[in-house]
Parts: sequence; structure tokens; C-alpha cells
Amino acid sequence: MNSRIEALRKLSFETKPSLSIERALLETEFYQENSGKHSLPVLRALFFKHLCEHKTLYIGDGELIVGERGPAPKVVSTFPELTCHSGEDLRILNDRKMASYRVKKEDISMYEETVIPYWQGRSMRDRIFSQIPAEWRKSYDAGLFTEFMEQRAPGHTALDGTIYTMGMIDFKNRIAERIERLDFQNDPEASDKAEQLQGMNIACDAAIIFAERHADLAENMAETETESKRREELLHIAEICRQVPANRPRTFHEALQMYWFVHLGTITELNGWDAMSPGHLDQHLYPFYERELAEGSLDREKAKELICCLWIKVNNHTAPPKVGVTAKESGTYNDFTQINLGGLNVQGADASNEVSYICLEASDELHLLQPQPSAHISSQTPDRFLKAAARVIRKGYGYPSVFNTDAVVMEQIRVGKSVEDAREGGTSGCIETGAFGKEAYILTGYLNVPKILEVTLNNGRDQLTGKMVTIETGDPTTFASFEELYDAFTQQLEYVINLKIRVNNYIERMYAKYSPAPFLSVVIHDCIENGRDYYNGGPRYNTNYIQCCGIGTVTDSLSAMKTHIFDESGISMETLLSTLKDNFQDNEALRLKLWNKTPFYGNDDDRADDIMKQVYASLFKYIDSKANTKGTLYHLNMLSTTCHVYFGKMLGASANGRFAHLPESDGTSPSHGADRNGPTAVIKSLSKMDQLKSGGTLLNQRFLPSVLASEQDLDKLSSLVRTYFTLGGHHIQFNVVDTATLRKAQQHPDEYKNLLVRVAGYSDYFVDLDADHQEEIISRTAQEFG
Amino acid sequence: MKAENPTIFAIKRYALHDGPNIRTTIFLKGCPLGCHWCHNPEGIEREVRIITHPKKCVGCGACVEICPEDALRVTGGAILRDMELCSQCGNCVDVCPALSHEAIGWKTETQPLMEEIKKDLPFFDQSCGGVTFSGGEPLMQPEFLLELLQECGKLDIHRAVDTSGFAPTETVMNIAVHTDLFLFDIKHMDSEKHLFFTGVTNELILHNLKTLSTAGHQIRARVPLISGVNDDETNIRATGLFLVQCPAVQGVDILPYHPSGKAKYRKLAVNYKGLEMKSPENNQINRALSILREYGLDVHVGG
Repeated sequence: MNSRIEALRKLSFETKPSLSIERALLETEFYQENSGKHSLPVLRALFFKHLCEHKTLYIGDGELIVGERGPAPKVVSTFPELTCHSGEDLRILNDRKMASYRVKKEDISMYEETVIPYWQGRSMRDRIFSQIPAEWRKSYDAGLFTEFMEQRAPGHTALDGTIYTMGMIDFKNRIAERIERLDFQNDPEASDKAEQLQGMNIACDAAIIFAERHADLAENMAETETESKRREELLHIAEICRQVPANRPRTFHEALQMYWFVHLGTITELNGWDAMSPGHLDQHLYPFYERELAEGSLDREKAKELICCLWIKVNNHTAPPKVGVTAKESGTYNDFTQINLGGLNVQGADASNEVSYICLEASDELHLLQPQPSAHISSQTPDRFLKAAARVIRKGYGYPSVFNTDAVVMEQIRVGKSVEDAREGGTSGCIETGAFGKEAYILTGYLNVPKILEVTLNNGRDQLTGKMVTIETGDPTTFASFEELYDAFTQQLEYVINLKIRVNNYIERMYAKYSPAPFLSVVIHDCIENGRDYYNGGPRYNTNYIQCCGIGTVTDSLSAMKTHIFDESGISMETLLSTLKDNFQDNEALRLKLWNKTPFYGNDDDRADDIMKQVYASLFKYIDSKANTKGTLYHLNMLSTTCHVYFGKMLGASANGRFAHLPESDGTSPSHGADRNGPTAVIKSLSKMDQLKSGGTLLNQRFLPSVLASEQDLDKLSSLVRTYFTLGGHHIQFNVVDTATLRKAQQHPDEYKNLLVRVAGYSDYFVDLDADHQEEIISRTAQEFG
Repeated sequence: MKAENPTIFAIKRYALHDGPNIRTTIFLKGCPLGCHWCHNPEGIEREVRIITHPKKCVGCGACVEICPEDALRVTGGAILRDMELCSQCGNCVDVCPALSHEAIGWKTETQPLMEEIKKDLPFFDQSCGGVTFSGGEPLMQPEFLLELLQECGKLDIHRAVDTSGFAPTETVMNIAVHTDLFLFDIKHMDSEKHLFFTGVTNELILHNLKTLSTAGHQIRARVPLISGVNDDETNIRATGLFLVQCPAVQGVDILPYHPSGKAKYRKLAVNYKGLEMKSPENNQINRALSILREYGLDVHVGG
């Protein structure tokens, strides 16, 4: 790390996140003047242009890649058109202990005077919550599911290589050509399409203006810059900003700046979930790298420095603040930009290249919160690359996460994507599969599967509150067999999924109609050709995911009831239910029997794993067949982010011997402490799930550092990963840390500010997690062996 | 021939230090030696034994109720076992919700054990790993071991046998026919000291190693290194000198003693001589390493 990168990293690492109300003020002023004058796509595009023309710019000391969403690094914008924070929300954000954002007092007053009066009742969140049915609210309040789009826009997107071959001017030409071809005689949507395309055209102009303003600023700064080296750098920055994004990038440096402007545009226009990701950045950059290296205009060190500059830029962009349930399901500063490394190229050959290794090195040296690198391993990936990834994993940052390219491709082919698009696809967010640059694959919210079992056991009532929250499916004490219990469970499952989808689809239409994203639509195929917005079925592929949580907890609970109530009939259903209601008070013996004497998922034991398969098949049956609003289907996804902690809080004691309010199992991992036969058994259990039928699964493994001490240990880890992938696994990630270190970090947070741990499909600073999440990580089974 | 009462005390999957690559280690119960530093004391006795962890007991009384010999009673909140009455039937282990009763080892047969071994076949295939039979002393159950080795051979699973080498030469050579790799312990070159620290002399062991080597069987020698017991230069040199005379020994693993077995002794209520044992310092380990390398041996630290 050279001194420039060290300084930029320090600033990025040490600056505390704060809120800027500039975007909200510009937006309010713009809407007061313009709302109602234009169609929505044009209005949104004009607002985006207004922002690009007026927002405060920032070019920091030593920066080589420029542009910030806010007025400075780590300063986060608000999006009142989606969620209008109240004065109270802002005060809480400022005062709360975890994931806090500094907000100036005068900004809160200004917000209360100017922003809130306009947006209250007009924000998407307010409009959505005013319209949802009462039964949805009951289930939502009981913690049966969450709703992703209630305060952030559907997003969750990664790019393909198009922006490295086309600039905004090329996109404008393509838009103009498409407008030319509109058939106003025969296409009933032609005028809607015209408006959408006009909006996209304006959005292209906005992005160019934004870059030109940076060029002007860099030139002005150069004039007063006394140091000649920096003056040259500033002039070079200006030259680059005049080239991109208006035109296609010509150099490695321009390619990175091109991506960064597009990234900034999409996260400024709206605050889509998971920010934006560059997709296979190593593949996109390699042609520039290779050519310039041959020409002598770039060397490996310079390339790494520029990549570090981009990484720091991503890290500067803290996630927009969340409130309410959403803060609980995803309480982190991380905005989940993921960098896919390795994998396959479009022709199906191994794509790992020198830039892949440079990116790994950059992540290792910087070990920042963002971006999150992921290593994509196909059957063709050389061992050298997997081992290079394993060496970074051994450092204990929790990344790179490791993905099975062959599975990711198959998952996409299963749902009808072309093999080329599937290969150019990959994973973004945590572990979600999508066709980069061509797909809106939208997360709609988490489903609390163990809670659905709980309402089944309470005949539709919430075990914690006694309130009726779903439907009656029979008194479980009358069930004569496990099959009867399971049948009632699937009835509840179907009810809850249908309820969730009904409201999802409503929200989705709200976004399609009232909150288009014209800039994002420019860079995603085939929004231009279809003349439709990203949120309105414009992309080539449109997918909705429901993320199913707690498969470990629900499997183990069902297994416990099957074993102890129906097969051995040692415990009566009445006894179990009353004990669960009492949270095992005065019946530790029963709890231990359930916990110690039940076949659990994660041990390569078919008695439990068959139940997991049954639950997974039911989830697939009720989710994968459902229509979204874009003429395609919902699919299931098996990640939990941090929602298993929130869902666990909303869940009473469960039949696997888990006390009330403790976290559920995460992702597709076994319940905490339930896997007792080591990592190969865990992998075998996981591989019995037909993972290719999902849009991703998530397996956390915690290893003690001693397990990865030697080179041979790294080989064994690589073999472990390869075997899991041969068996059809989608993803695996490792925390390499011992409990003593985590306990010390709890006691002396200041000394462990740098300690990154894997939380869900992303890493986070351990000391930034709240106590519940810290305990959850400590309680993950540590695979030690010897 | 069917083995009588085959008994094991652990199955460890993803075993990292019991041979090359990803392995499953099966620990056979019973050992003719009694090494002071033994870190698997639960493997010494040939028979299954039931022990009780009074601290785990939640006082539910289920074991008292089910015990056919009336050998268990709760006194003052703690569970007590009358060893005279206990027939080691294991009912208490099955019924206890709190894992307060624990069977040290269990009887098994070839087929169910093969099912366990086969579970990690994909990992063996991917990593060129396999199964390791350890103990205790696996050669204490030669018929059972042979049957397992043959079954694994049918499935092309790489087979390692981790042994003290203390068994009739004929037995060793019979086993060797179906073994791909021996992990062969060399504990001390001085037979008197060997007798003192392990309970047996070393002549048979060294003879077996030499015989295996002469027959061309693949061997990795393993030297547990215990401070003040066998880490002196004389012994290390004697070890090196002996091993170079065994050309089939492909390499030597130095296994520095670590006191991790202490908790097991407490659990078993066995007198632990290892309490007096000391881990070697790094410089002692390095000295042993460089001396052995002087003999042209391929030496590693760790298994």
C-alpha cells in the first residue's frame, strides 16, 4: 500500500458516517416546482439532472477516481421520495449506539420545516402502508415476513461489460433510434414508451453533465495546485471526466472511472438495495490491462493503486440509514457491493486472469468493509486461484466468499436464460444469482419459516402474544401423525406466501408507475429496446426472490416432533406445547432431550436431512410457481442476511430445544451448535438440498485459525470447497477466528476496530454489531478438529 | 472370520493430522501400551465403559428409573453409580437427556461402520484422502481391522493404519497386505526407557518396522516429541540412524506433545502421568528437525 492509498484508506476508515440533507432539499425544491408538469419517467430524469447540475462536488487530496454521492466521503444522502424520515427518526439515527449517523441539529430543523411537510404522505413508504390489507399487517407485525421495498427501492443489480464499449452518447443514439421505430399506430404502449425513452435520454445527459462538472472542478483545482505532480494528476482527471461516461473508456483508468460514474448515477437516482455492483470486474478490466501493459502505459503496481482507489470509493458509500423492521433485518453500514472474481467467460472458458489476483491483493491489503470480493470457482478454475482466495480467507476478514460458478450458471439456465447470459451472470448482494446487466432480480423480503411452524402449532395464533395472525389449520393436539402436522404447516405456508406475494405485487406496480429509474434503465439490457423501465419489466429477465430463513431451525423442530411425539410417542403434544409457551421454564430435562436426542440437520443424517428436503420442496412448490407483475415467476432464495436474528427475536421457544428470542439458524446453515460431525457432514447435509432450484443458498462455516495454519490445510480447505461444489453447493464462506478473540473484542472494542467478521453474505466490523449479532456469531459451531 | 465384539471409541471426519489429505479416522478401542503422554486415554481399555458427569445432571431421575441393576441413585442432587452393581448395559446413556452418562466407546460391526466411512467418499476422491484406522492400537482387533481394510479396498478408498507397531509380526504383515500407508510410531530407541514410559520394550516394534520396510510397504514414521523423555540428541540421532536403514519410510512427522489430553483424564478419573510431561520448546523441536534431516530424511512437524 503506498502513501496515497494509505491516506485515502485512513480517511475512509476513520470518518464516521453522517447524513446530508442536500439531496432531500434539492429534491423538495425540484418537486415543488415541477411535480405534475411531466410524465413520471421524465420527471424523475429531470430531477436526476437537477441533482447532477447542483449537488456539491468533491475531489479529495490524492484521489485518482472521483465522485461522491454526498458532499464528502461517508456522508449519506436521504431519499424522502421513498422514506421520509421524521425528525424523531433523524434524532434516533444520531443518538443510537449501533449503526448511527451523525445529523446536524440545524439539518433536522430544516428537514422538519422543508422536507417533511412536502413528503409526508407522498413518500412511497407512506403510500404503501396506507394501502396494505389488515391481514398483511397482522402477519407482518408478528414477524412472519419482512418487506424489502417499504423503504428502499428494488435494486440489487450488477452490470455486464456494456459500459466499457459504449458511452452515454452511444446510449443516446440507441435511444433516439428506438424512438424512431416506435409504432404509434399499432403499439398501444407507444406513447408510454416514448416518455420512458425520453426520460432515459435526459438521464444520459445528466450523467455527462455530472462528469463535466468534475472536469471543470479538477481544472480549477489544478490552477491553484502548487505541487506539479498533483497538478498533472488533476488535469488527467479532468481529461478522463471529459471522456467518460460520455464516451467509451480508452484506458484502464478511464474504465474504472466509467464504472464509478455509472455506480454513482444509479445510487444517486434512487437507493436501490445492495447499491450497485460491477459484476465481473476482473474480466471487464483485463483487456485494458493487457493492452496497456504491452504498450507500457500501465504497470501492475499502478493498476493495483487504481483498483484500491475504486475500493476506497465504494467504502466511502455507507448504506442509506434504515429504520424500523428494516434496520433490524439489515443493521449494517455495508451496502453490499460485491466484486465477482474468476468464474467463466461468455464462451465458457476459465476467466481468472492477472486482474483477479490484483483485486484479491487489493482486498487483502485494504481489508475494508466494502466492497466484498467473491471468488467464483468453476470446474475449470485453476487451483492457484482458489488457493490465492484461501490465503485471504485465512486472514479472517470473512471474505472472499466462495461461489460455485457451474451451479450459478445452471440455476439460471433452469429458469430459461441463455447460456451466454448465465455465464456473464454471477452473484450480487449476499449470494443472489442474476444475469448481470440484463436482469432485475429483486429481493422482496424474508420469510420466517420457523414462525410459520409456530403459528401452525398454535392454530393460527402468535405463540408470544396469543393474537390470531394467520388462519386456523387445526388443533395440533388432535393430529394423529406427523403427516397431519406437516399438512397443516404447508397450509399455513401457502397462506403466508400468498399474502406476502399479493402485497409484493402491489408494491411492485407502485414502483413501476410512480418511481421509475431512467438512468439505471439505460445500462440494463433490454430496457431501451423494450421502451420500459427497469421496474416495469424492461430488462431481458425479471425475477422476484423470496428469501426463506431458518431452514435449520424448522427442520430440527419438525424432526424433534417426529422423533419424540409421533415415532416414539415419549412426549405428548400437549406437554410440548405448554412447555414451549413457558419457554422451557421448569422443564430443562425436556429441553435437553429435544436438543440432545433428536436427529438434526447438518450431520449428514438422512432422518433430519429428509425433513429438510421436504420443507425445501414445499417452499419451492408454493413460491416458484407464483406469478410476479412482469409475466414471470417468483423463485426462492435461501439467505437470511441478519434477519435470522430479528426473526429469532419474534419467535418463541421452538421444539428443537431453542429458547425463545434466540436467533434462528442463518441462511442454509445448520442451527447453532446442532452440527456435531464436522464440516464434511455439514456439506453433505447441505448438498442434499436441490440447490439449483433456488437463486442461491448460504453456508457459513466458522473455522478456528489453527485449522488453516499450514499450506496443507489450505489444500484441504480447497478440496472441501471443490467437493461441496461437485455436490451442487452454491456458496460457502468462512469465519476464521477463535472465540477468545471475539470475547476480547467485546471487552475492548477500541482495540479491535479493524476486526472484520462474516455476518451473512457480507462482512462487517465485529465491534459495529449489536450484542445480539455478536453473540450469534460466537455461538456458531467452531470447527476445530485436530 | 468374524471379529468378536469389535469396539471403537470415535469417528472423526475431516481429520487433519492423521495422514494425507481429507480423511476420516476410526479409533479402535484397546491398546497394549500405556504411554505416559497418551492423549487418547479413552482408547486404552479394550472394553466399553460408562462414566457419569454429575455436573451435567438435571435430576430428572430417568436413569434411576430405567436401570435394571438398581445401580444408580441421586444423592444430594448428584447422580452416583455403584460400579459393583452396574452391568454396563447403557440404558442410562440412552435415556439421559442431559448427556450426563457417557459410554466410552461402542460396539460396532463392519457394515454400519463402512456406511459411516462411505459418507465422505466425495471428499476422499476430490482430495486423494481416505480412511485412517487409529486407536488405541488398531492391531489389537486384527480380524475386524482386516475386514474393514478389505471392504475399503473394494471401494478404492486409501487406507492408512496408525499404529504403535506393537503386535505379532505375522499380524502386522497380514494387515500390511491391505494397507496403503502405515503411520508408524517411534517413541524411544532405548528399550529400557521405552519400557518405562510405555510399558513395553521396543524390540518387537523396531523389528516390525524393519520387516514392513523390507517388504516395501509405504510408511511414514511418527515421532511424538516429549520434552525430557525422547528429545535428547542421543535418542534423536538413534532414531534417525534407524530410520535411514528402513528405505520404505518415506518421511518422518515430528508430533510435539501438547497437554490437550488432560481434560480427558479428568473425565475418566484416570491418573494422568502426562501431567508430568512437558511440551517441547520451539528450539527443541527445531533441533530434532535438523538432526533428523542430517540423515537425509524428509521431516515435517505435525501430522
